[in-house]
Amino acid sequence: MRRFFPAIVFVLAAFWIGASFVPAKKSHNDLDLAGFGKIPVLVGGRVKPLDTVARNSLLIIRTKETLRLDDGQQISAIRWLADTLFNAPVADQYPAFVIQNADVLGLFGWQQSDRKYFSFAQLTPFLKQIDEQGEQAEKLQTVERSAYQSAILNLRNALVLYQRLKNSVQPEGAEDFAAELQAFEQAVPEAARAARARETGASFDPAQLDRIAEVMQGYERLADMAYLLAVPQPSGPGDWRSVGQAIMQSIVARGIDPVVQLYAALGDAYRAGNRAAFEGTVDRLTDRIAQLQPTGVKRARYEFFFNAVDPFTHSMTLYVLAFLLACISWLTWHRPLNRAAFYLLLLAIAVHTFGLVSRMYLQERPPVTNLYSSAIFIGWGAVIVALILERIFRDGIGAACAGAIGFITLIIAHHLGGNGDTLEMLQAVLDTNIWLATHVVAITTGYSAMFLAGMLAIIYIVRGVFTRSLKKDTADSLARMTYGVVCFATLFSFVGTVLGGIWADQSWGRFWGWDPKENGAVLIVLWCAIILHARWGGFVRQRGLMIMAIFGNVVTSFSWFGVNMLGVGLHSYGFMQKAFPWLVGFIISQFALMCVASMPLARWRSFRAIRATRLTNRSILSLQNSQ
Amino acid sequence: MPRKLIELITSLKLTIICLAAGMALIFAGTLAQVHLGIHEAQQRYFQSFFVWWPPEGRGIKLPIFPGGHLIGAVLLINLVAAHAKRFRWAWRKLGIHLTHAGLIIMLAGGLFTDLFAVESHMRLANGETKNYSEDTRRDELAVIETTNPDFDQVTAVPESVLQRNHIIRHPSLPFQIVVRNLFQNSRLQAISEGDANAQPLANRGPGAQVMVQPMPRATAPDDQNVVTAAIEIIPTDRAGGTQESLGTWLVSDDLGAPQRFSWMGRTWQLTMRPARYYKPYSVTLQKFTHEKYAGTEIPKNFASQIALIDPERSLNRDVLIYMNHPLRYRGETYYQAGFQKDDSATILQVVHNPSFLAPYVACIIVAAGLLVQFGYHLVGFARRRRTLA
Repeated sequence: MRRFFPAIVFVLAAFWIGASFVPAKKSHNDLDLAGFGKIPVLVGGRVKPLDTVARNSLLIIRTKETLRLDDGQQISAIRWLADTLFNAPVADQYPAFVIQNADVLGLFGWQQSDRKYFSFAQLTPFLKQIDEQGEQAEKLQTVERSAYQSAILNLRNALVLYQRLKNSVQPEGAEDFAAELQAFEQAVPEAARAARARETGASFDPAQLDRIAEVMQGYERLADMAYLLAVPQPSGPGDWRSVGQAIMQSIVARGIDPVVQLYAALGDAYRAGNRAAFEGTVDRLTDRIAQLQPTGVKRARYEFFFNAVDPFTHSMTLYVLAFLLACISWLTWHRPLNRAAFYLLLLAIAVHTFGLVSRMYLQERPPVTNLYSSAIFIGWGAVIVALILERIFRDGIGAACAGAIGFITLIIAHHLGGNGDTLEMLQAVLDTNIWLATHVVAITTGYSAMFLAGMLAIIYIVRGVFTRSLKKDTADSLARMTYGVVCFATLFSFVGTVLGGIWADQSWGRFWGWDPKENGAVLIVLWCAIILHARWGGFVRQRGLMIMAIFGNVVTSFSWFGVNMLGVGLHSYGFMQKAFPWLVGFIISQFALMCVASMPLARWRSFRAIRATRLTNRSILSLQNSQ
Repeated sequence: MPRKLIELITSLKLTIICLAAGMALIFAGTLAQVHLGIHEAQQRYFQSFFVWWPPEGRGIKLPIFPGGHLIGAVLLINLVAAHAKRFRWAWRKLGIHLTHAGLIIMLAGGLFTDLFAVESHMRLANGETKNYSEDTRRDELAVIETTNPDFDQVTAVPESVLQRNHIIRHPSLPFQIVVRNLFQNSRLQAISEGDANAQPLANRGPGAQVMVQPMPRATAPDDQNVVTAAIEIIPTDRAGGTQESLGTWLVSDDLGAPQRFSWMGRTWQLTMRPARYYKPYSVTLQKFTHEKYAGTEIPKNFASQIALIDPERSLNRDVLIYMNHPLRYRGETYYQAGFQKDDSATILQVVHNPSFLAPYVACIIVAAGLLVQFGYHLVGFARRRRTLA
């Protein structure tokens, strides 16, 4: 058993991972929404599959990527989106809106209870109120808003998004849009004749002109409302129009764009539950778009696959398991558990890398473009360095670090991703792959190394103080690892910081502007310099080094998140108030660990054990002498 | 005693203390930016020898912490002194020497930049030509003689001179300027008709119908100070004696049109305006483009197509300035910094920084030094492990 344990663990985990790479089987009675989910549209300046739109929208509206009905039935994001686009009366009944704030509930005369999800139909009577309250809140700066104001603004934004989605590919609640379009197409020439007749003073039918004007107004509204730009144009890859705009164009172009017609047909087939018609139309629609935007279709397909694999959630689970195995290995079953942990980590880093590279491919960017991706990358970098340490020292320490940091950073990423699209387009000043690839990568690698050094120090202290497992050679190798990783961190933080300065010099003429994010970066560099000089000067030894490395966690977390919370400066693109208590909690925990580490060595369980053995040895000696 | 002093300034402890003080200062300064704004906090914490408390008070103020310049200077002295004292050439110290040499270049370059770099803005509407850039933080009082229709003669008085001196004389001006009131930030309000209580500061020009309300200095990065001054013009004769006052005028950033007066058949204009830096060449905005990502308000690119005309060097060429692609010309660098809301004008940041190369050089040297040093450690570590195994 012991011998085969690592192999068994590896094979099981590999099967579990492998399963997620295989597309889910089609069920026989339901519509196949996978093909539908792969259709590309342009939202937020980026071509993405409808599946991504569905997940992100639901994340914004409901803070979850799936929907659970009141009767407990689970509904996928893409199914929800299909209903929202094509079958609004049904979607209106889904409990898709999350409201947790008691004051917001009180506004509607509802009491706070277990229920926190509400349907659009339930909120309909209060729309005006929500809009007014939200508008007031919007005038304030993000920092100035109270919890109630943030909540009502979120709700308003969610409702706006939902209403726009409903009017994206057809007017909300249209029963037979294909027929409607056909009628419109036929009516346009007659209306044009009537308009000409009016100009020339000939007789015309005013009622007919009014009718068509009314319809056109409806389509103009549709063009204004649309959230998706669903109709690609032949003019270029970045040029997409909404369905409403495309219909308005058709008046000039004489003929409605086939994409619009196919969407209409898709809606009719969906409402009718006609599986064959639905799937056939999806195929025709995809083919049509592929003629104009072959790369868009290819990429959307890949993104759909990426969404389905969900690599970061999978690697997160593997990281936790590996961490637990590595920790247990210090108590019992050292070798097999250690091996198993290492294999799991290899699997986890492979999946993690797959996710990272996929994101780079989809975005055509270096790995770090926003806070979300910085968390992914910091975890990735730290895990790789920790795995190298594990290969060198083979004592489970590197594995435990890798597991812990991989898990924590991916959890952080998961929470940072709650605002919608994590592959968002970049502001003009960030639109340079050279600097993103050098400055940002170097800085985040520096963060990785700092956290890794901190994690090693935590292991040293926890094992030393609370267990007897910190033997002298373990302690020495931990110290060596920590020192090496701090050196690594110094190099990357310094280079990254200066490259950032050079970028700033290139883009706004100032090498150094005392911007909070710059200050945060230089704090890390200074702290690294202090650690190294203190060690070289002999002011600190093993324990001092460890305490300083833990303080490095504090400095790095301040630099990573803290400065963004100040809401000043050019880098404050990732403001998140919600994370503030977490940051404070983390910093307090680090200080607590530093206090624990400052206890006299006599109270450390590991060192007490050593001293005890020494004492016994001495008493045996003295006993022998006396004999 | 000198030996002890030398020991102190070359000690590693001093290095560590300076680094730690630097960290504390940067942390405090960063937090202070929330309330003070980046510029003010920078002045108070980083570009000063001491951080004073209370920061603004006319009475006593105490230095409570060393400022950025002091820490930087001590660190620089410490670094140079320590290396001068202990320098001994050895290959295995190459990394350390390189690293610290690079740091010296970087610190010195930073100091140089602080002292000599000048930042200004050039705002150009479509088709507009300018041969000067404007300071965003400092004003000047421009006294422009328009007597000769062929050219204007401009005498500019910097805001700092207005602050220091009550009476200003200049050989080109046949009068002296007396600064009656000066507000670093203010709000102007038209006096409503029939308001008998109103006491305007000026008695000539449109400023006589305006009330001035002093304001605290703006701290937010986007807020502009409105500098306002009441100035009295008193003619002088050749001997330097004064004659009867011509009256008091109000000059302010918020008073758009310049104010005119005549005396002895000559005419002048008075205006308060952002301080100008004139160039020996001119820049014309031909076209400003502002691209957004389709279906969003996220800016994709800003670009200014300009014509650069330099008669001295007989140069006339078109240049495209866009994000991350500045124009470097005659010691100055032009960056795409901003634009007017309706895209009708572009704002270029103009930077004159003679030491802009220092960080580039320093970065390469330090990075190389760190690589050598840590690489040396790593190789040593690997070798030791191999002999152990």
